[in-house]
Amino acid sequence: MATIAPVDARGEYLLRLGDDALVLGQRVSEWCGHGPVLEVDISLANLALDLIGQATLLLGEAGDGDKLAFHRDVLDFRNCLLVEQPNGDFAQSIARHLLYTTWQHMLLQRLVQSSDRFLREFAHKAVKEVAYHRELASEWTVRLGDGTDESARRMAEGLDWNWRFVPELFEMDEALQAAIAAGIAPDPRDFQDQYRSSIASVLAEAQLEVPTEQRPILGGRRGHHSEHLGHLLAVMQFLPRTYPDAKW
Amino acid sequence: MSSDWPLWEVFVRSRGGLSHRHVGSVHAPDAELALAHARDTYTRRLEGVSLWVVPSAEIVASDPEQAGELFEPAESKIYRHPTFYDIPEEVKHI
Repeated sequence: MATIAPVDARGEYLLRLGDDALVLGQRVSEWCGHGPVLEVDISLANLALDLIGQATLLLGEAGDGDKLAFHRDVLDFRNCLLVEQPNGDFAQSIARHLLYTTWQHMLLQRLVQSSDRFLREFAHKAVKEVAYHRELASEWTVRLGDGTDESARRMAEGLDWNWRFVPELFEMDEALQAAIAAGIAPDPRDFQDQYRSSIASVLAEAQLEVPTEQRPILGGRRGHHSEHLGHLLAVMQFLPRTYPDAKW
Repeated sequence: MSSDWPLWEVFVRSRGGLSHRHVGSVHAPDAELALAHARDTYTRRLEGVSLWVVPSAEIVASDPEQAGELFEPAESKIYRHPTFYDIPEEVKHI
């Protein structure tokens, strides 16, 4: 299939943020009906819906949102590797959510000053949603880390799994450089220290160690994804690809 | 897990100026998560501007066995209703 991804810096940036939200939203929605308790199931479904809503806005601005979501191949996805990681157990999903939404929240707090009107307005709306995501993920991290021996072990393992995907969030490349130069995007390196200390303080409250540094895994923004994304897309895209004109 | 968690009664204030109304209950391990669960369960369609959660175990309820002595005596005392006055036309909102 010919690529339907935009090529300019703004389009590329919309796609990165939009794909992050879409893929994480789809991942979190996999919990629907499988949450550890009914209340948590509803809570996770709400998080997923917030993210799908953000993806709808971002991909709709990047182009034809439905086409981008449902008719694009894995190599054309521009999400970071962190969001496509499998759910694992509840603790592993919470670890992923903490690591991503802390970053996303700090980014959106700066994106409200973007030179781009759409991104400014988007950030203004999404920053409140994501503040809640970050808060909830932090609360659960503390309860699991400072809970039973088993919950602390699972939380530590969940953080270990996801930790190697954090450096990608602060990676710089030509497309991002261009978006920063145009005043569209904030420079994530400006809040890298703040990010590290925020995560460290949640982990300290959770009585958990900051995971040891691992070899970073990069490449999502260039379309080099883990095997997990293909499976996620197969599930997500199956229906619209099989019945392209389906309406409901 | 849910059955290990205490139950919390949830009250929602739908608009400023109105009272909090009981809407249901949630399980949660502590007060902060009870608020989060209440928010996610009962205010997802813009139902409220304020939430209370109260441990269900802290609610003191009247005994249904005593319903007769507590409530029936009021049935025969209709003069306690303010329905025997003529309300002037000009008076609204009563």
